[in-house]
Amino acid sequence: MRDFLEKMMLIDRRWIYLAIGLAVIIPAIKSFHVPVAVSPEVRKVYEFVDDAKPGEYIFLCFDYNPSTMAEMNPMAYAILNQAFNKDLKVILVTLDQFGAGMVEEIATRVAANHKKVLGEDYCFLGYRPYPAIVILAMGIDFRVPFPADYYGTPLDSMSVMQGIKNFYDVKGVIEITGGSTADFWIIYGNGRYDFPLALGLTGVMSADYYQYLQSGQIFGIIPGVKGAAEYETLVGFPGEGMAQMPYQVIAHIVILLFIIISNVAYFASRKKKGKLGGGV
Amino acid sequence: MKRELPLMIVLIFGTFMAFQYFVPHRISSDLYQEFNNWTIIIGIFAMVVGIGSLISLHYNRIKFKKPGWGYSTVTIVCLIGMMSIGLIGGTENDLFLKLYRHGLAPVTSTMFSLLAFFIASAAYRAFRARTILATLLLLAAVVVMLGRVPIGEILTGWLPRPLQFSEISNFLLYVPNTAAKRAIFIGVGLGVAAMSLKIILGIERTWLGGEGRK
Repeated sequence: MRDFLEKMMLIDRRWIYLAIGLAVIIPAIKSFHVPVAVSPEVRKVYEFVDDAKPGEYIFLCFDYNPSTMAEMNPMAYAILNQAFNKDLKVILVTLDQFGAGMVEEIATRVAANHKKVLGEDYCFLGYRPYPAIVILAMGIDFRVPFPADYYGTPLDSMSVMQGIKNFYDVKGVIEITGGSTADFWIIYGNGRYDFPLALGLTGVMSADYYQYLQSGQIFGIIPGVKGAAEYETLVGFPGEGMAQMPYQVIAHIVILLFIIISNVAYFASRKKKGKLGGGV
Repeated sequence: MKRELPLMIVLIFGTFMAFQYFVPHRISSDLYQEFNNWTIIIGIFAMVVGIGSLISLHYNRIKFKKPGWGYSTVTIVCLIGMMSIGLIGGTENDLFLKLYRHGLAPVTSTMFSLLAFFIASAAYRAFRARTILATLLLLAAVVVMLGRVPIGEILTGWLPRPLQFSEISNFLLYVPNTAAKRAIFIGVGLGVAAMSLKIILGIERTWLGGEGRK
């Protein structure tokens, strides 16, 4: 047994990859329901949108690219569905060079489901490079970096943009990102223009941003696919976030088992070395 | 002059950008916007330099059949192909969108998905209770990981609230994590301010390259 545990200490990483690969296939064969408890930081984002009155404006920034869409798309769908359900006016933008195609697809699909009209109920500003500069410029006037929307329609000719100049005319900003643009929104957006800001982040990023939650620079966080599932639970719109939960549970069980095996093997080998007069 | 001119430009524009933040006047804001536009234009030149450098690097790899030259061919073909399709047909062009949705999107998603495998392998090797500090890292990592995912709720949901993984995880994130991060960020912020000041005043000149050395 001890020899086996010692071998486990030096296990080829490809066995670990295989175990994870096989484990995540299980929910695809037989899925199961995972209960999701809603965390306060996700509830705050939901309540912020839910408290908005019909006709109020919300600014959504989807700064992610296809690499993180499995985590971010569920959040984007859930928030957009909630906003359109509440008859809010939505301004969309992306500051990721690969984001425009995805945002357009999401916006078009959700808007069609809610019978919302481009230019009347929502608008998609498109993409501009250099996030910090674009955020600072939008704080002056959305028309500075985006004189026309993604489709080339001048903002002034769209009814949804009448009387809407900058961040002071929207209820708040929700930034969904898989990269560093969250920092730009905190520093150059909230820091300079002091608008309410919430973040939707990948699971691996989220721990880095809790400090801003405590300082009040952001009012909510949707962390990873678990956060998306929580949001879907609140909105009553079970989508991709909930569907991904069983995969996440299984993957985490496997990782946990590996950590336990690794430590048992480590202590077993240390004991043996101790008996032989060695040390660690 | 080759050295003094860039230093002068940095002094003037750096000082202006620092002061304009505190001047809520239209002229200040207009000038600021104008300078931001310049930054975008200069950035586009940098992009041209970047593309040129990328092509030159991969062209040489292909030309001299260096190891991995096949990947360089793929890079060049994809770069020129996507750029040409986008420039000729526009970004709303059907072929461009198909390449984006059925080429770029699955490839980049696959790359990100590999993270799950690397994390599992890294966790297996790194989270061993070798020392007291390593044990602390292991415990914190396991608790935060389990506290942020449903399995943590399943495992400890029956315990009193302060003992649940989600609660301990929240404590770790809000208290030690925030305290450490804030200290680091304040340090970084002060460092950035000091370095910016040194650059604006011409004390720090390494950004000038070889010409800047005294």
